[in-house]
Amino acid sequence: MADLSIRDLVKRYDKTQVLHGISLDVEDGEFVVFVGPSGCGKSTTLRMIAGLEEITSGEVSIAGRLVNNLEPKERDIAMVFQNYAIYPHMTVRKNIGFGLRTAKMPRADKERRIDEVAVILGMTDLLDRKPSQLSGGQRQRVAIGRAMVRDPAVFLFDEPLSNLDAQLRTQMRLEIKKLHQRVGNTIIFVTHDQVEAMTMADRIVIMKDGHIQQVGTPSEVYHSPANTFVARFIGAPSMNMLPGVVEDGGKIWLDSGTEVTLNTAAKPGQAVVLGVRPEDLYPGDGPALVRGPVLVREPLGAETLIYVGREGDEVIAKADGRTPPEVGEEVTLTAALENLHVFDAETGEALR
Amino acid sequence: MAVTEEIRPNADALLHAAPPRRPANLGQILRWTLLFLGGIAMVMPIAYMISTSLKWPHEVYNLQLIPDEPHLENYTYVLEDGRFYGWFINSIVIAVVTTVSNVLFDSLVGYTLCKFRFPGRYIVFIAILSTLMIPTEMLVIPWYLMSQQLGWLDTYWGIMFPGLMTAFGTFLMKQFFETVPDDFIEAARIDGLNELQIWWTVAMPLVKPALAALAIFVFLGNWTAFIWPLIVTNSVEMYTLPVGLSSFGDEADVAWELIMTGAAISTIPTLVVFLIFQRYIIQGVVMAGLKG
Ligand SMILES: Nc1ncnc2c1ncn2[C@@H]1O[C@H](COP(=O)(O)OP(=O)(O)OP(=O)(O)O)[C@@H](O)[C@H]1O
Ligand SMILES: [Mg+2]
Repeated sequence: MADLSIRDLVKRYDKTQVLHGISLDVEDGEFVVFVGPSGCGKSTTLRMIAGLEEITSGEVSIAGRLVNNLEPKERDIAMVFQNYAIYPHMTVRKNIGFGLRTAKMPRADKERRIDEVAVILGMTDLLDRKPSQLSGGQRQRVAIGRAMVRDPAVFLFDEPLSNLDAQLRTQMRLEIKKLHQRVGNTIIFVTHDQVEAMTMADRIVIMKDGHIQQVGTPSEVYHSPANTFVARFIGAPSMNMLPGVVEDGGKIWLDSGTEVTLNTAAKPGQAVVLGVRPEDLYPGDGPALVRGPVLVREPLGAETLIYVGREGDEVIAKADGRTPPEVGEEVTLTAALENLHVFDAETGEALR
Repeated sequence: MAVTEEIRPNADALLHAAPPRRPANLGQILRWTLLFLGGIAMVMPIAYMISTSLKWPHEVYNLQLIPDEPHLENYTYVLEDGRFYGWFINSIVIAVVTTVSNVLFDSLVGYTLCKFRFPGRYIVFIAILSTLMIPTEMLVIPWYLMSQQLGWLDTYWGIMFPGLMTAFGTFLMKQFFETVPDDFIEAARIDGLNELQIWWTVAMPLVKPALAALAIFVFLGNWTAFIWPLIVTNSVEMYTLPVGLSSFGDEADVAWELIMTGAAISTIPTLVVFLIFQRYIIQGVVMAGLKG
């Protein structure tokens, strides 16, 4: 039995449709991350699961129970918001306990539960403070504590880390992941940061314009992107895209004038795009995918990123950290054939 | 060595040096003059109120600020006059009840208009706002006729009913609830509170400064209200303080010294209310200044 199941979820505001039939099954205890560019409908989906947004059509079931017509509080969920939504006029203890306000349990049990959560989050010393006396990270922890205290079937997070600075974000990322391993509840986590998605998720759901583009483990979406959008969205710097045409015998004639022989499902004459990640593209012998001068170098220490080709049409490749080619030097870039991705140039769908 | 000695500033000289004098510019002079005049304009009526309350009747029209023979007879007279207490109690009851009523109901309506999407919401808001444009003087007669029909003349209810809710208060609270993030409300909804609980435990504490300001406005407005209480009351026992005070003296002469004495005493509750609530206003400003 799937813990959370979404069927053909549609959302329409007056005339504009923002979700076009989303379907997804989430296993019990799974950590699923929704990722996608701004405005793609991640928050809307999450809020429909939470019951904060009306469902235009489709079904949401939690723990095998259809929840479409249930109030948020009856859905056995908890949500953590981007700007924490912890109440400035209440102490940390009150804030964490707020999730238990309407729970029918003895006061002593509630207090014990709050203390347990505070221990897990390392906030025992801060229980009597007001939110204004906390740092951003601590505030976010209070918000998480308030969700945890109710031990819901599903945790919903809507970009909970985007108000934190980079270092704290990395730290909280790890903490949330550890927390998940410890408490084991199902988590749906929304972000527009693909690094967050890759590092935290059991499975990633990539969305665009109200459609799901691909669902898969971080490794799947990275190594076998379903289309050019996913290919370019996941991984930084983005995947290079080299246009070409399929010839007889599985050969692909690139616009740059090189021929690559690949095992692809593409039909002869079809326009395709060859995708290759910067980390898979390097100066060396082998099929020459790109030839051109080095425009810019970005030393990262262990390796150096080089931008090669014509201005405005350059590709990014990875060169050695110690002896990278000089700026202006002509280089030939190559890649292992198994690291090449082929997409239909028109639809963007992966062809192998 | 010698060089450092020379450079080191002479602490003594610094301590005793006159502060640098900046020539006052014209704008500054103008500002101070205006503020000074404004201050005088504010203080004079209060000064005259107190001064008059210390005068004998024959001195009242002698406009000097310091009475020739200041005395407290007027205070003894007013405080010993049984009617004064009755009016005082009437005014307190009316001002407190209307204040509580406005704080509760203006904010309930303001909250609803601000945080709920329902058909006709905008029309309701405009309808409420438009009542702001009708002056009290125009409403007094319909109110009176209505009170007469309903038997509300000469009752607390009759005095209070027009002010139990105000369009201004509703508007004010709606604007302030805009500053409460929707996330706060949705988080509480997920935590299982019903809408009334959310309003009371989440939204209301977050707009305390606005509530304090509203409370001060409403209290002062009702404490000093004159025309409607004058019209709707008949018996001396039902008078409010301002109506009662104006009745001091007889047809031939107005007893200004007694009116001013009563007025001086009646400022005390307004001061108390202000002192209680201004703390919240200042707190609110401080809280708003903190990020997050
Ligand atoms: N009340 C509304 N009325 C009309 N359109 C809306 C409304 N709320 C959201 N939308 C639209 O729905 C789309 C999806 O919004 P949503 O908030 O789900 O995006 P998101 O993926 O969470 O983006 P972000 O990363 O910026 O938070 C957007 O195009 C937005 O303009
Ligand atoms: Mg969003």
